[in-house]
Amino acid sequence: MVFALIFVYKKQKQMNEYWQEELETMKRSDLEKLQVERLKKTVELAMNSPFYSQVFKERKITPESIKSLEDLQRFPFTLKEDLRSHYPFGMASVPLEKVVRLHSSSGTTGNPTVVLHTQKDLDEWANQVARCMYMVGVRNTDVFQNTSGYGMFTGGLGFQYGAEKLGCLTVPAAAGNSRRQIKFIMDFGTTAIHAIPSYATRLAEVFAEMGMDPSKDTKLKTMFIGAEPHSEEQRQRIEKLFGVKAYNSFGMSEMNGPGVAFECKEQNGLHIWEDYVIVEIIDPVTLEPVKEGEIGEMVLTTINREAMPLFRYRTHDLTCFIPGDCPCGRTHRRIARIKGRSDDMMIVKGVNIFPIQIEKILMNFKELGNNFLITIETIDNNDEMLVEVELSDKVRVDDYSLLQKLTKEISRQLKDEILLTPHVKLVERGTLPQSEGKAVRVKDLRKNH
Amino acid sequence: MKINQISVFLENKFGRLNEVLTILNKENIKVVAATVADTSEYGILRLLTTDQQHAVSALKANKVSANLSEVIAISMEPGINSFSSTVALFTKAGIDIEYMYCFSLDKKSVLVLRTNNIEAAYDVIRRNTLNYLKEEDLINL
Repeated sequence: MVFALIFVYKKQKQMNEYWQEELETMKRSDLEKLQVERLKKTVELAMNSPFYSQVFKERKITPESIKSLEDLQRFPFTLKEDLRSHYPFGMASVPLEKVVRLHSSSGTTGNPTVVLHTQKDLDEWANQVARCMYMVGVRNTDVFQNTSGYGMFTGGLGFQYGAEKLGCLTVPAAAGNSRRQIKFIMDFGTTAIHAIPSYATRLAEVFAEMGMDPSKDTKLKTMFIGAEPHSEEQRQRIEKLFGVKAYNSFGMSEMNGPGVAFECKEQNGLHIWEDYVIVEIIDPVTLEPVKEGEIGEMVLTTINREAMPLFRYRTHDLTCFIPGDCPCGRTHRRIARIKGRSDDMMIVKGVNIFPIQIEKILMNFKELGNNFLITIETIDNNDEMLVEVELSDKVRVDDYSLLQKLTKEISRQLKDEILLTPHVKLVERGTLPQSEGKAVRVKDLRKNH
Repeated sequence: MKINQISVFLENKFGRLNEVLTILNKENIKVVAATVADTSEYGILRLLTTDQQHAVSALKANKVSANLSEVIAISMEPGINSFSSTVALFTKAGIDIEYMYCFSLDKKSVLVLRTNNIEAAYDVIRRNTLNYLKEEDLINL
C-alpha cells in the first residue's frame, strides 16, 4: 500500500514537472506571508551574529517588529566590504560547531569573503539546485557533467550536490582539459552539462579540432550556462553548436552559489526562488527602488539560511523584473538575464557602457567569430574605444570591399547601441585572448583607471 | 577555364607573412604567384600554388583565415602592347575587373583577374581565342 502510494506520487511528480509543486506554484499572497514569516525567523537568528546584532540594535530591529515586507526598508544595505571587514567569522549567526562548510571568494581586491553553511544550509542549497535542474527536464536518468572549478568555487560543489540530490549520475569533471572533458562526454554518454559560456564556446572549438560535431556525435540535450553575463545571441550560438537547449543559470557565492535564479523551459527570464530570498531592484546611484520593469541593481535578502544570513545584500548585478505570469505556472518572479555589473560599467566620453551591449551587437554578425576585446585608451586627451573582433572562418576574405563594408556596418550598429563610434578592427581567428575561465573582454588603459 | 586562387586574411603584424609561407613550405607546396593588398590594419594575401586544395586545408588547419576564390589566368604572348590589348578586350565587353595581377612564366606573361561576371569573361576568352591556364597547369610548374 505504501509502495503503491509512493509510486503514484512519483508518477504524478514526473507528469506535472515540478520538483516542489506547492512551493513553486504558491499563490503570491501566500508566498509573501511565507517570506514575512521566514524574515522574522532569520532576524531572530541573525541577532547572534556579531555584525547584525550591532546593526539591529542601532536600527531597533527585532523579530516582533517585522509585520510586513515593507519593514525590510528599515534595514541598511549589506555590502561586500562588510563581509570583508568581518572576515572570517564575524557574520556567523550560529556557533561554529554547527558550521560544516565554508566557501571563500578570491581576495584579489582586499580580504576575501567567506560564506558559512550548516548542514541544513547545504541541504537547502542542494534542493535549490535540484529544483532548477528539474525545472528544465533533467531527471534521475540523466548523466550530468560539471565543468566548473571545484574547491572554493561554488559552481563545483553547488551543482554536484544539487545533481546528486536530483539523482543524476554526476560527473565531477571540474574545469579545463577540454580533450578529457570530451572523452567523458563520449564515454559516459553525458546528457546534461554545466559550463561557463566562454568555455562552452571553447569546448565546441576543441570538438571541431578533433573532427567531431557535438550536435551530432554526443547525447547532450541540456546545458546550464552561467557565472558570466552573456547575451541571447551567444546562447543561441551555443545551442546551435551543441544541438542542446541552453538555460541561463544565475548564482553568486554570497547567495550560496548556483541555484538562486534559473530559466525554466520558456527561456524567458530566470525564476528567482522567493522562498529563499527577498528580491529588490534599486537604482545604484540613488539607492531608491526602480519602477517596475526598469533596470537596476539587484538586492537580495536570504530568508532560508542559518549560518550566515544576509539582509539587503547589494549584488552589483544589473537586471530587471519581467512583468506578467510565466506560462510554466511558477509564481516566483522572473528576472531578466544579468545585464552586467554596476561596477563593470565603463564610462567612455561620459557615456555609460556595459560590455554586454557590445557583445549583443557583435553576435548578430555571422561573419564574426566568438571572441572580441574592447580596449579603452587615452589618445590626445580623448577616450578612444577600440573593438577588436575575430572573423569567422565562413567569411570570404578575398573581398576587400566586403570586409570594409562589414567594418563600417559593425561601427554603425555599435554607435546606435552605445552612442559613440568605436574603432572596429577585424582580426584573425585565434588571436584574441581566450581563457578557459571567465573571458577577458575589456582592457582599460586609461591613466586614471 | 577558371582556377582557384587562395585568399588569406593577414593581420598587420611583424612576421605574419613569413609564418603563413612557412606553413606552405613545410607541406612542400610551391608558391607560383603572390600579391598582397594592404590596408592600415590588415592585408589580403592572394596566392597561386602548385596545389591549391592542399594549401588551403593546410592553412585552415593552422587557424589561418583562408579560402578559395575563382579567378581567370590568361597567358599572353610577349609583346609591348599585349597587356593593354588584353585588358582592352574585357573593357570593351563591359566587364568590371575587381582586381588583377601579372606574373611571368618562361617567356610568357600571365594575367590573373577577378571579375564578378565570370561567364561574360569566358565569352571574351572564347571569342578572341585567348590562351588561359587550367588548374592542372599550375601543378606542373
